[in-house]
Amino acid sequence: MMSADTQTATKTMNMIEAINSAMDVMLERDSNVVVMGEDVGFFGGVFRATAGLQKKHGKTRVFDTPINECGIIGVAVGMGAYGLRPVPEIQFADYIYPGLDQLVSEAARLRYRSAADFICPMTVRTPFGGGIFGGQTHSQSPESIMTHICGVKTVIPSNPYDAKGLLIASIEDNDPVVFLEPKRIYNGPFSGYYDRPVEPWSKHAASAVPEGHYRIELGKAATVREGEALTVLAYGTMVHVVKTIVEELKVDAEIIDLRTLLPLDIDAIEASVKKTGRCLVVHEATRTSGFGAELAALVQERCFYHLEAPVERVTGFDTPYPHSLEWAYFPGPVRIATALTKILKD
Amino acid sequence: MPETDRRPATNLPPLSLHIPEPRYRPGDTPDFGDIVVPAVDATPRPSEATKPDAMRDLCYGLVRVLDFDGQAKGHWDPKLSPERLRTMLRYMMLVRAFDDRMFRAQRQGKTSFYMKCTGEEATSVASTMALDRGDMCFPSYRQQGILIARDYPLIQMMNQIYSNRGDHLLGRQLPIMYSAPEQGFFSVSGNLATQYPQAVGWAMASASKGDSRIATVWCGEGSSAEGDFHSALTFATVYNAPVIFNVVNNQWAISSFSGFAGGERTTFAARAVGYGIAGLRIDGNDPLAVYAATQWAADRARTNNGPTLIEHFTYRSEGHSTSDDPSAYRPADEASAWPFGDPIARLREHLETLGEWDADRHEAQRTELEELVKTTQKQSEKLGILGHGMHQPFETMFQDVFEDMPWHLQEQCTQMLAEQEAKFGPDWKPE
Repeated sequence: MMSADTQTATKTMNMIEAINSAMDVMLERDSNVVVMGEDVGFFGGVFRATAGLQKKHGKTRVFDTPINECGIIGVAVGMGAYGLRPVPEIQFADYIYPGLDQLVSEAARLRYRSAADFICPMTVRTPFGGGIFGGQTHSQSPESIMTHICGVKTVIPSNPYDAKGLLIASIEDNDPVVFLEPKRIYNGPFSGYYDRPVEPWSKHAASAVPEGHYRIELGKAATVREGEALTVLAYGTMVHVVKTIVEELKVDAEIIDLRTLLPLDIDAIEASVKKTGRCLVVHEATRTSGFGAELAALVQERCFYHLEAPVERVTGFDTPYPHSLEWAYFPGPVRIATALTKILKD
Repeated sequence: MPETDRRPATNLPPLSLHIPEPRYRPGDTPDFGDIVVPAVDATPRPSEATKPDAMRDLCYGLVRVLDFDGQAKGHWDPKLSPERLRTMLRYMMLVRAFDDRMFRAQRQGKTSFYMKCTGEEATSVASTMALDRGDMCFPSYRQQGILIARDYPLIQMMNQIYSNRGDHLLGRQLPIMYSAPEQGFFSVSGNLATQYPQAVGWAMASASKGDSRIATVWCGEGSSAEGDFHSALTFATVYNAPVIFNVVNNQWAISSFSGFAGGERTTFAARAVGYGIAGLRIDGNDPLAVYAATQWAADRARTNNGPTLIEHFTYRSEGHSTSDDPSAYRPADEASAWPFGDPIARLREHLETLGEWDADRHEAQRTELEELVKTTQKQSEKLGILGHGMHQPFETMFQDVFEDMPWHLQEQCTQMLAEQEAKFGPDWKPE
C-alpha cells in the first residue's frame, strides 16, 4: 500500500491533521502545488485543515480567495493550464454548486476536448456530510453528482491514514479530483450513536500516520472487515457506523470501504459479493440516483448468478437535510440493522 | 516548471502575485486615522431622478448625517421627528438585547448556532424603517433588524432559533434562517448572495404587474464576490428594476478582510458604476444616513428611475457566528478603534442633544428590553430547546419537499416512522 520511499516516523493524527500533513508534504515536495480557498490562509481554514501552511510555505502558495466558488474552481483550471497543481478548498460541499459549471463543463472535459493539449491536475477538497446540526446548507453529500460528471475522480477517505495517502495521490494525479472529506469524523470515528461520547482518533489504529510522503492509489478499496455472510459497501463516515452495528449484531459481514468512488475498485466488489452472495450498500446521501443505485446496478450486472438476495440500499432520505430531525434523517443503527436483518433472512 | 525557463529575456522585473493582507493582525495596534471621513455637509443630495453617471462621486464619498458630536446636519438629513428617532433607537436596542441573549443561549447549549449583528443594527433597522411596509426584503443572514423593525413577534424568532414546537419552519432550518412573508421577509438561504438575483426578479415582477412595491436585498461585502451578485446587477440595469441593493461592508467575511472582495482597489458602491446604476456609499454606523439613503433609493425605484446600490460602510464588532473566533485573525480591540463609533450610541447622543432623551430613560429602556427578551425567552423555552427532545412530528421531515408527496417519499416516511418506533417504543410521541 505504501510506496517504498516513505519509511518515515509515524505520528498520531486526527483526520484534519492528516489532511493538513498531506498538503504540507506536497507543498514541500512540489513547488507547483498551491492551496487556496475561503479562509484557508492566515486563519488556516474554518475546520483548521490548512492551519500553519501559509506561515510555513508563504502567502503565494497558500492563500485566501474571494467568496466565489465559480472563481475558485475556474482559476484553478487556469492555474492547471499554466502547469501548477492547485488544491482549492470549497468550505462546505454544499457551496460547490456555484462552481459546478467550471467543474462539469471545464475541468472535467479539458483533457478530452483538447485531446490532452491541456489538462487539469486539480484537487478540490471539500468537507461534506451531516451529523453536526448544520442544517440543509452545511450537511449535504453530493458525491453522486461528482461521479455523474464524466472526467472527475471522486475520493472519500474514512480515516486519517487513508486521508493523507489518498490526498497525496489525488494531488499527484493529473486529472481533476473531488476529494470529499466526511467532516463528522474529522475528530474521531462515529459509531452512529449520536448520544454516546465521541471516541478520539488516537484510539484508532488508522491514526498512526507517517509524517512523510506516501500514496494510497486511487481506485483501490480497502477491506475493513472480512466476513462470509454478506458484503457491505460503504465509504466515509458510514464505514464506522456500519462496523459498529455489524459488531453489535455479531453479523459476519465483509465491509468494503470504497475509498475511491470513481474510478471504482470493481474487482474488490465483485470478488467479495461472489464470495458472500449478498450485498448491502450504505451511504448518507439521498437515495434516488444516489451512488448506491450505481453500485446496486454494477453488482447485479456482474454478480447476478451469485446473489442469494436482492441488493439492499441504506441511505439518507430524499429530503433536504433537516436541522432538528437530523438523527431521524441520518442512516443510523436502526436503519442499518433493519436492512441487515432483511438481507440475511432472504 | 521552473519559471526562469519561461521568462523572456527582457529587462522587466519578474511578475509577482499580490495576495491582499489586512492592515492589522492579532497583537498589532489598530489605527484607522487615515480613513477619509468627509464633512457631514460636504456630500450633495442629487434628485432621485439623477442619471447614474452624473452622480458617480457618491460611490466614492461617504453620505453622512450624524456628526460625531451628535448633531444631524447636511443635505441628507431626513429630519425625522423625535418620536420616530426614539422608535428607531428602541428597535436597535431591542436587536442588541435579543442578540446578546440568543448568543448566550447558544453558549449554554440551547441551540446549535447564532449570528449577532452588533454594530450593524442601523444597516437593517434604519433601512427597513425607510421602506414602505409592503416592500419586499431579501435578507442575508444578519438582518434580524428587519424583522424587529417590522414588529415580528420575538417569540417566533426564538422558536426558530430553538427549532422547538413553536417553530413554524418545523425545525428544518439552521437557527436565524427565518422566513416571515407577512413581514415581507424572504426565506433566508444558507448560501451566499443567492437572494440577490431573486430580489431583482421580485422587483421585475412588481414592475411588470404595475404594482407600487419595490424590493430590497442585503449581502455582505464578502459575498459581493459571488457571481449571483453580478448577475443581479446585470438584470437590474437591463430591466431598470425597482430594487435597492445593500452591501453591508462590515470589513470582515469570517477571517477574510474586505480586500478579498476587491476592497483594496475601489469601494463596493463603485460596483454600480460599471453597471450604470446609481451608487451611494454611506456611513453604515449612522442610522440617519442609512435612513436617508434608503429613502432616496426607494423614491428613485418607486418612480421608475431604477435600482440603487448602497454600500453601508460599517464594522462587524463580533465574530462571524458562534462558530467563529475572531481573535485568531484580527486585533481584539479593532472594533473599538473603528472610527465610526456605535450606531446605538450615536443615535442616543443625537436624541440627547435634541433634549429628547436622557441617560435615565436610556437605562430604563435598556432594562425594559432586556426583561422583555428574557421573559419571551422563557416562554419560548417552554416550547422546547434544540437537542432536548424531538419537537416536530417526525413525518414533517417529508412534507413540503413537494406540494403533494410522491410514492417514494411516502414509503420513506413509513420506513422512518417504523425506525422511530423501534428506537423509542410504540407509545412515544414528540414533546
